[in-house]
Amino acid sequence: MGRLNVTLCGIELDNPIIPASGTFGYGYEYADLYDINILGTFSFKGTTKEPRFGNPTPRIAECYSGMINAVGLQNPGVDKVVLEELPKLKKCFDKKVMANVGGFSVDEYVYTAKMLDKEEQVGWIEVNISCPNVHGGGIAFGTSPENAAIITKAVKEAVTKPVIVKLSPNVTDIVAIAKAVEEAGADAISLINTMLGMRIDLKTKKPVIANKMGGFSGPAIFPVALRMVYQVSHAVNIPVIGMGGVSSAEDVIEMMLAGATAVQIGAANLVDPYVCKDIIEKLPQVMDKYNIDNLNDIIGGVK
Amino acid sequence: MKQGIFKVAENSALTDSVFRMKLIGDVSDITAPGQFINIKLDGLYLRRPISVFYCDTESVTIIYKVVGRGTEQMSLINIGEELDVLTGLGNGYDTSLCSDHAVLLGGGVGVPPLYMLAKKLKDEGKTISVILGFNTKSEIFCEEDFKALTDDVKVTTVDGSYGVKGFVTDALPESYDHFFTCGPEPMLKAIYKATNTSGQFSFEERMGCGFGACMGCSCKTITGYKRICKDGPVMLKEEILWED
Repeated sequence: MGRLNVTLCGIELDNPIIPASGTFGYGYEYADLYDINILGTFSFKGTTKEPRFGNPTPRIAECYSGMINAVGLQNPGVDKVVLEELPKLKKCFDKKVMANVGGFSVDEYVYTAKMLDKEEQVGWIEVNISCPNVHGGGIAFGTSPENAAIITKAVKEAVTKPVIVKLSPNVTDIVAIAKAVEEAGADAISLINTMLGMRIDLKTKKPVIANKMGGFSGPAIFPVALRMVYQVSHAVNIPVIGMGGVSSAEDVIEMMLAGATAVQIGAANLVDPYVCKDIIEKLPQVMDKYNIDNLNDIIGGVK
Repeated sequence: MKQGIFKVAENSALTDSVFRMKLIGDVSDITAPGQFINIKLDGLYLRRPISVFYCDTESVTIIYKVVGRGTEQMSLINIGEELDVLTGLGNGYDTSLCSDHAVLLGGGVGVPPLYMLAKKLKDEGKTISVILGFNTKSEIFCEEDFKALTDDVKVTTVDGSYGVKGFVTDALPESYDHFFTCGPEPMLKAIYKATNTSGQFSFEERMGCGFGACMGCSCKTITGYKRICKDGPVMLKEEILWED
């Protein structure tokens, strides 16, 4: 094993860098820019049973050190993902991919997860119980330990691949939810999804986002994400994937010290499309600077 | 798409709020008129997408209006400063769809992307009629640039302080075979109704990435969901589905 390698639910990654769902499409947009096989893996666009257009525009708002999005799980639906997107991905990505699954009922989550579980290239199922942008949708599952456990258990029983449950930060007790999904059989936890946020346009005196509110991401949320990764990773015995505002090799190391086994990178991809490549290239020298021989040595280093 | 560092060679005011900026750098990915670039600015998280006014082998020129914090900051950039820019974004206009006589209709900051288009159409030997719409005389820019390409340039002002009083649709010629347009959505809708030939519309939307990854600027069209940044910003008349 090299000094950047980590193991996530039995699958070895060349490095812990994983572009986050919703910022990397189905991969091939970025494959035009660089060889995406250098990544640990990536989590593809949140996929639902039926095709979804998502929310009306504007869906994007600028914030200090971050952005708000209210895309609303736009995706072509799982059938088309299997028939069209994954074959395209296969041509430019040799590794296992993380399949991100959204839904509006237990049955929908299970249906979509089962369909994607059959795909050879899918290595993990990441269950999004935390999208803040769909009314009466995914968010309901993510904000109570009971519902989070129900969806985790149902998906876990339906699939063969490792199940990662992606948690929402918009809750009062993240640890209680993390423990509930662990007990329900989750193989790993990823956090945090975006924080619910809002901006108002002073000229129109209306919300910038058509959906009024959206998910706040970017460097501004990094300290909150780091804190939650620290709390959750110290409370559960399954791996934690840390994300939220990660934008540099230094941020990756900080996340891993807090307890992350791997690290997802989201909003930063949208501003700097080469950010994941740059981080992977810079990690060894930043590790040298801080006397880190192997990344596995620092996971959860902060007690 | 390419990411590159560009040096500011010009940043001058054309009107009270409209500026022209020339950037020196690798422009090899700019392949069609109507494409845009996406500029990173210090202290602002999201890049600012601005359409291309003109590009040659070593520089790209943009014309932008100060409408918010990002463009205000741009207006204060000094010559010699460097900017991180994504180039070659968007599909751009397809001149092959115009066989002979094109009408180009621009409104306000929708005017700049038509300039390189006009040059290309002229180089292809096609006849061009240009109609530039503004609110009032003091807001007019680029009239001379277009006049250097063709005698057939009409300017309209809403208040009648210069040129034809009214909107760009009030200055449409009697016959033409294709049109190209960029401007505010009410103008685009009026053109959609006032024209009976094929044509191309360039749209604007708040964008996240500008290169097709985030789905922040999606719209519905007759041929399915499209991303303004990647599948657009130019859409054909026959594929447009007005939301209301």
